[in-house]
Amino acid sequence: MTRHTFAVHVEDKPGVLNRVASLFRRRAFNIESLTVGHTETEGVSRMTIVVDTDTNGARRLEANLYKLVNVLRVTDLTAEAVVARELTLVRVAANHETRIQVMQLVDTFRARVVDMTTDSLIIEATGTEEKIDGLMGVLEPYGVLEMVRTGRVAMSRGLQGKVRGPNGDDVTSPETDDNVSHSV
Amino acid sequence: MGQIRTGAQILWESLVREGVSTVFGYPGGAILPAYDALLEYPIHHVLVRHEQGATHMADGFARASGEVGVAIATSGPGATNMVTGIATAMLDSSPIVCITGQVGSKLIGSDAFQETDVTGVTLPITKHNYLVSDVAEVASTVHEAFYVARSGRPGPVLVDITKDAQQSSTEFVWDSSPVQLPGYRPELRVSDAEYAQAVELINGSKRPVVFAGHGVMLSGAVDLVREFAERANIPIAMTLLGIGSFPALHPLNLGMMGMHGEAWVNQAIQEADLLLAFGMRFDDRVTGNIRTYAPNARKIHVDIDPAEFNKNVLVDVTLAGDLANVLRDLLPQVDRGDRSDWLTAIGEMKGDSAVRDVQNLPDTGHLYAAHVINDIWRLTDGKAVVVTDVGQHQMWEAQYYHHQEPRSLITSGGLGTMGFALPAAIGAKLARPDAEVWVVVGDGGFQMTMCELATIAQEKIKLNVAIINNGYLGMVRQWQEFFYERRYAATPLLSPDFAKLADAFGLRSATVSRRQDVEPTIEMARAESGAVVMDFRVEQEDTVYPMVPAGADLDAMIRRPSPSPIVETADD
Ligand SMILES: Cc1ncc(C[n+]2csc(CCOP(=O)(O)OP(=O)(O)O)c2C)c(N)n1
Ligand SMILES: [Mg+2]
Repeated sequence: MTRHTFAVHVEDKPGVLNRVASLFRRRAFNIESLTVGHTETEGVSRMTIVVDTDTNGARRLEANLYKLVNVLRVTDLTAEAVVARELTLVRVAANHETRIQVMQLVDTFRARVVDMTTDSLIIEATGTEEKIDGLMGVLEPYGVLEMVRTGRVAMSRGLQGKVRGPNGDDVTSPETDDNVSHSV
Repeated sequence: MGQIRTGAQILWESLVREGVSTVFGYPGGAILPAYDALLEYPIHHVLVRHEQGATHMADGFARASGEVGVAIATSGPGATNMVTGIATAMLDSSPIVCITGQVGSKLIGSDAFQETDVTGVTLPITKHNYLVSDVAEVASTVHEAFYVARSGRPGPVLVDITKDAQQSSTEFVWDSSPVQLPGYRPELRVSDAEYAQAVELINGSKRPVVFAGHGVMLSGAVDLVREFAERANIPIAMTLLGIGSFPALHPLNLGMMGMHGEAWVNQAIQEADLLLAFGMRFDDRVTGNIRTYAPNARKIHVDIDPAEFNKNVLVDVTLAGDLANVLRDLLPQVDRGDRSDWLTAIGEMKGDSAVRDVQNLPDTGHLYAAHVINDIWRLTDGKAVVVTDVGQHQMWEAQYYHHQEPRSLITSGGLGTMGFALPAAIGAKLARPDAEVWVVVGDGGFQMTMCELATIAQEKIKLNVAIINNGYLGMVRQWQEFFYERRYAATPLLSPDFAKLADAFGLRSATVSRRQDVEPTIEMARAESGAVVMDFRVEQEDTVYPMVPAGADLDAMIRRPSPSPIVETADD
């Protein structure tokens, strides 16, 4: 079992998120995180989905995603060189005695303080999951009052991610690209 | 410029343009505008007695003809009654379009009277579904729904139309050009490298077996499969839904594989060095224990749905595409084979267990289901379309009715839906009015949808209904016999007098409990112009042999205890 990251381009229509989420449930795959938002193309949304599964599971998932009529393109970014980021907001306890220490930690992690009261701070941090885990670790002793993480968004480095055809061959090249979005 | 039409009229206009002449349905409030407009269109509406029946009829219609079947119902309870039929069509890849009425779009989400989230409920059991709340989208959605239902791997599509979308008007424009969906392109291509791998395995194989599944018929590849098998001299085993895709009496036919397949078929699979899976999906009823399944065989899987690859059984070569196209490419590269050693070896496996002509066997005064079914086969010359329900009778039919033609056996395989047969047969008969259609159904399953006898009477549909009445939910009783120490919990079944019941519907009937009355009854039914309900009172505690217990090794079958009163060995 490894963590697989999929970029899934879908039509921006009502109910599409439900169809994708329902597929994972129905086929007994566990979603670790799922983010969704607009893309450079109007009418197309992009989901980044992180799933724990083996290679065969990932292939079947990809094939099943393609069966959804509203799914335009599925890219498994797992083996790719990717830029992966997560955003978090953390409300941490900080009074006049601890505030300076917390702000130094925030600096070290290249995070930002975005709100401040007499007894707490809200910190915004962006980075890899590891970096955010690290930040959470050092903030913990001060008292984390509230926390939210977006889950991973990812994009492959270079031009585009590898796109696999039905049998796992690399069909990234433009000539074969129209063979990719198969649904049955 | 198109004419101004209501959404309800546009629905029928669109159905007519999709070639629909028959729909199966049941009216109600949210679909009433559509029903009102129905009177203006040349479409035959069959009034069912339960919406589950409408979906099975549409399904039977589709399976018998290869065309899309259409079912229609109102919102809420009408739509939820369709769920079983939709799931049945989904698991057997049957192309149906279900139209449901929905409450007015302004009421959606308010728990209005008869409001159900039908697209939500049916999401995992449809190939795709739509909620239409704008009259401008009715025509294009119907066009798209038919395309999605019949293309690629076929399946059920549901179109839920709000009442206001049916009532409001717009200009009717029919765009008959092929549907273009950006995320749906069912045409797949196989690479030369993949073909080369397959060809090498095929030409190098000494003990190959072809598996013919439902996909052979769905793809229209019946003739190509036969050409392939004859060219390479490869025997063919069939799944339950593959029955009919290859002539049962052809020397290369092995028969049905799996849980109730003949022993030699499963033995051949276990000894094969190559399996060629054509349009089948390695269901657990077919494989038995996956870990010990076909241990010596390389596997080639041809399917139009790549999500089936490596799902249940890991395979060596996958060819994603329409079977007919793949076979057309593959055929010229396949060597003419001899393989007489392998065919002889299989012949020897048959030796000790071949089913003898049950006609010639003593019946010791008992009436066996196998007799009845075999007599139907003999007297119909093997040419009837047989629609079976689910249970022991379904397996006996698969064993004792030797189907020669594609689409001549219609049965619920994947979902195993009791109650399927009677309504599905109505659909099949309306799709193929010239075919002789037989229903083979258990006393249990018949009672699940017997209300459709009224539909048969109202529509004057000619069907021959053979109830295999064993007084039990027989297949479940068999499992209790084998695996639960004969503790027959909730399987003995009291039934009404089916002949009297048929009388009440104005249908001809017969009750048969002696062997000698079987043949004349079948002949009477065939000669009768209307539907006939036959109640065959068969042996109660009869058993379907052989049987691979669920999850057991494929060759670890429970065999017929010999000597058996109905099935004798070659030496008897
Ligand atoms: C709707 C439904 N409910 C329950 C079952 C489980 N089941 C499978 S076979 C069977 C018994 C069928 O009895 P009958 O119709 O009399 O046929 P027989 O096996 O006796 O030939 C049952 C209950 C099913 N397949 N479908
Ligand atoms: Mg029974």
